[in-house]
Amino acid sequence: MTTLNRTDPLVLGIETSCDETGIGIVRGTALLSNTIASSMDEHARYGGVVPEIAARAHLDELVPAIHAAVAEAGIRLQDLDAIAVTCGPGLSGALMVGVGAAKALAVALDKPIYAVNHLVGHVGADLLHSNTDTSNTDTKPLEYPTIALLVSGGHTSLLLVRDLVSDVELLGETIDDAAGEAFDKVARLLSLPYPGGPQIDRVAASGNPKAIRFPRGLSQPKDMAAHRYDFSFSGLKTSVARFVEQRQDSGEPVPISDVAASFREAVVDILLTKALAACADYNVPRLLLGGGVIANARLRQVATERTDAAGVVLRIPPLSLCTDNGAMIAALGAQLIMAGHEASTLEFGADSTLPVGQIQVSGLAQSLGGP
Amino acid sequence: MLLAIDTSAGTSVAVVDLARGVIAERGEADTMRHAEIVGPFILQCLQEADIAPADLSGVVGGMGPGPFTGLRVGIASARVFALGAGTPLVPVISHDAIAYGHYRRGHTGPLVVVTDARRREIYWSAYSEADAAGLPARVGPPGLAKPAELDDATWLHARWPRLDAATVSAGELGMVAELTHAHQRPFAANEPLYLRSPDVTLSNGPKRVSR
Ligand SMILES: [Zn+2]
Repeated sequence: MTTLNRTDPLVLGIETSCDETGIGIVRGTALLSNTIASSMDEHARYGGVVPEIAARAHLDELVPAIHAAVAEAGIRLQDLDAIAVTCGPGLSGALMVGVGAAKALAVALDKPIYAVNHLVGHVGADLLHSNTDTSNTDTKPLEYPTIALLVSGGHTSLLLVRDLVSDVELLGETIDDAAGEAFDKVARLLSLPYPGGPQIDRVAASGNPKAIRFPRGLSQPKDMAAHRYDFSFSGLKTSVARFVEQRQDSGEPVPISDVAASFREAVVDILLTKALAACADYNVPRLLLGGGVIANARLRQVATERTDAAGVVLRIPPLSLCTDNGAMIAALGAQLIMAGHEASTLEFGADSTLPVGQIQVSGLAQSLGGP
Repeated sequence: MLLAIDTSAGTSVAVVDLARGVIAERGEADTMRHAEIVGPFILQCLQEADIAPADLSGVVGGMGPGPFTGLRVGIASARVFALGAGTPLVPVISHDAIAYGHYRRGHTGPLVVVTDARRREIYWSAYSEADAAGLPARVGPPGLAKPAELDDATWLHARWPRLDAATVSAGELGMVAELTHAHQRPFAANEPLYLRSPDVTLSNGPKRVSR
């Protein structure tokens, strides 16, 4: 292996933690390809991601996605400086497909491999800029420390990022459903199709967000001691279900638009209240959003209003980089390389509950000869 | 020379050659560590055989049958290694490797190969003999069954000698591929043999929360 290019490394990222097969290629912070094959449609009839269906789709999509990404980036696989792969957190069987494939690619090409954390990858997405995009050149780079709010169907986490490659702290996370899951479940209660987020957004447009006062989970003083930055959405979902049942039982029509708007408002409110509390408590005037739920227009709108009012700088990567993707994994890999970090050894595994503080898995801890 | 990878049972990786046989092989029976060890095994086999990926004429992938999660790791690795090395993927049915090895060690005539499918089920394949090339002649599909079904006297292969295997040798998988190629026989389809639909139950709509 020749000396690793640590100036502007060409990195291919593989992401298979949930239902998107993501292959991304970056050169340093320049985005060359963000190829995504989603199995979302296959999950629609089940109302949520089915892990086995997602894992099977990853195996089917990997090779075509790598071909497409390499073609789009206009590179050859041999040109790569390194491979990066999501090794956790996520669905175990799905992660294992990407991990196995990434190791095989690294050995076949004789390139170093970086096993990285999916959640930190979401933050890394913000560093990317398009090669051809000149409108973005006056955007300031991501500054540290920053609070990051990551919201998707698989996770709802609040992070304090002091340094992307060396110091990420989990402040809080959901103790039950992820916010995206809550959208899916409430959509089902309202007989709306999967995925729920865009559907709730659509019908909420004509609803009154103040029509029904749904609860904000873990916001009572008694909860704030132990769960100041944690989230809970199962009580909210139950409360929506109870409201809908009461209307149905009494033969009254369910005001779907008002329910959707009020539910969405409760989710958006609790997410941003806690995120801005973290900004204030840690004296960090920066908030970064990531994850698929960021596609929710109301969340972005309220985030803009509240951060403006609080004097907090808001950053939202392009939506194509907010949903799960391989480019963010490649971006984090490139950052690790540029910061001088050594590659992972080939022994790492998939870790469905990888803690967010573990930005890169070295592989040594699980080494073959070890205990 | 071929690199062969099989994770339909434990994890096994080998480098083989038609003339030289199995040149390097690594195996681990543990069925919980496929993703961890497949990479190191590939590297170790290449190093022991003292070859570069470019020296390979193909990558053999064991297509199963096998429990999903593990099986996929090997197929993903084989497919992507082939892509990276710029060499063809050669799909082989994992049971054929088990049968090939058993015939090579002296078995003759009919044979039923059985492996664990978990959840109190088994995978099976039936072979009539090893042909002139030494390749096992599969006459019954890789199938999924309850153990009792194979003991039933009315089953097609009921009284055939049975081999229960807990591991698959990538060396034997690779040799099946070499012989299949040398004798111009067709390869298996490049499809994982799950033999089971994903476990999913369609919900009957949301459950009531209020009484
Ligand atoms: Zn995610």
